[in-house]
Amino acid sequence: MLGKPSALFIYAIAFMIFLYGPVMLMPVFSLNDSTFATFPLKGFTTRHYASMLANTSMILSLKNSLVVGVIVSVTATAIGLPAAIALTRYRLPGGGPVLSAMMLPLVIPSIVIAVALLVIVLRFLHMNLSLWTVGAGHILLCIPFSMTVLMSRLEGFDKSLEEASRDLGENAWMTFVRVTLPLAAPGVISSLLLCFIISFDEFVVAFFLTGTENTLPVYLFSQLRFPNKLPGTLALGSAILLGSAILVVAADLLRKLGVQSAKPGDL
Amino acid sequence: MTSPKPRRQWPDWLAGYALLSPALLVMAATLAAPVIALFVLSFWSQTGFDIDRSFTLANYWKLIEPSSEPMVWMGIPFPFAYPVAAILMLKSLVMSLVATVVVIAMAYPMAYFLAFRVTRHKALWIILLTIPFWTSYLLRVFAWKIVLGYNGAINTGLKSLGIIEAPLEFLLYNPIAVMITLAHAWIAFTVLPIYVSLEKIDRSLLEAATDLGDSRWQRFWRVTLPLSAPGTIAAALLVFIPTVGDYVTPTLVGGPGGTMIGTLMQELFLRQDNAPLGAALAIVMMAIIAGIVALFLWAVGYSKMRERSR
Repeated sequence: MLGKPSALFIYAIAFMIFLYGPVMLMPVFSLNDSTFATFPLKGFTTRHYASMLANTSMILSLKNSLVVGVIVSVTATAIGLPAAIALTRYRLPGGGPVLSAMMLPLVIPSIVIAVALLVIVLRFLHMNLSLWTVGAGHILLCIPFSMTVLMSRLEGFDKSLEEASRDLGENAWMTFVRVTLPLAAPGVISSLLLCFIISFDEFVVAFFLTGTENTLPVYLFSQLRFPNKLPGTLALGSAILLGSAILVVAADLLRKLGVQSAKPGDL
Repeated sequence: MTSPKPRRQWPDWLAGYALLSPALLVMAATLAAPVIALFVLSFWSQTGFDIDRSFTLANYWKLIEPSSEPMVWMGIPFPFAYPVAAILMLKSLVMSLVATVVVIAMAYPMAYFLAFRVTRHKALWIILLTIPFWTSYLLRVFAWKIVLGYNGAINTGLKSLGIIEAPLEFLLYNPIAVMITLAHAWIAFTVLPIYVSLEKIDRSLLEAATDLGDSRWQRFWRVTLPLSAPGTIAAALLVFIPTVGDYVTPTLVGGPGGTMIGTLMQELFLRQDNAPLGAALAIVMMAIIAGIVALFLWAVGYSKMRERSR
């Protein structure tokens, strides 16, 4: 098998081309000197990016998305960490069902989550839609991801380190601050990054639950209908793709760092 | 010598639930309460701008109310007074099912390659498969509009190569475009779960099968595939369940012929202002999906399958 590429290897390469090909057209056309996303390519330009940066409503929705993303990721991680500690460190009756319930947002179509939140906010609580309602929906969507990342990190290091700290006289809180938190840090950071990306990229819940202010995906969606806005949309899309890719790689590297230091003696 | 302070020990379950309580409260407020509210609303009715809060089954009745003149769609008669709901429901289920089957058929060999053939740069392959998982769903769907559109990459590419004269119009705005786009958008979610289930397989079982005289295909059918089935089924459900209610893909690449149940739900809530009917539709959709999933898991003997592969 060595030397000659196997059929599976060729398949894997074709798979990667299918996975990345369509998305890669976006940056290609965004640098093309034309108002249409068409072949043949005309010439290189960065003017679409310049006009994107001059677009105030885009910048405003970018700001909204950043604010919502940061609040959501911090909140989801802050409530996820104690929950993950509870499910990995304590013998809990009903722990299994509780964890399954926390994974529910993964298997409910997001349009159902969106309309259910819309109904309770508008028809039962009689509140106005705003970026806060979007944030509430995003926190729910982030919980399964934050839990998965944090629990796998907490399971990855030796419990006896925490027991040692307790035996040496630290109380539960100081044990958490001086032992658990530093060891869990890579998981916490990758949970923060992943929840930020989920919120930053999420469209359906934001589309249903936003009031007068747009998040970036909602703004982007409103632009997709206008063919003359296409180059700016492509530039914006490419920038988002690049930004998310960088964050994902960063989160992954951090998680790897965590896994390595979990080996005894590596501390 | 000072004696150590006696530790105030909470019982494990109490301390555990205290730590869980913020998350459980958030889940109750953002998931349980809204779903209950949706359920309650589905028994009320819309009268102009107001909601009539008297209990009624009218919304559910509207979804199944029979009519003597069936509407025929794809050769199937739908004998309903409001046939659009039933038609879109069936269409969404079929489209997601096809997309799911395509996704699994494409993802499985990739996962197999990753688990059994990749020896070097495994981390690189995994991160390359992870990145699309986390990049904007909206943009991944939009990319297909650029690929398949009337003035899209395929049409203008083929035209500039001189293969076609006029743009092909059948590429975009139809159910096939929706299914291709759904498959592409969700495939990133499936490779890794299948890979994990393949990676867990005890290699000595495979060696045993070979030693006992199985050919490579026999070994795959009798050992590898059954042992990886639970992970593969879980991956399939993670695609099927959310795609039935997808809104983005039919809206962007579906056109009038590619609408799905999510499109109707959006119409009912945001345009036609008939939230109670929309709520009933959402409840019925979830019930149908849950029913299909339960039936499927029972039919394949999922719980026994999981026991075996442990």
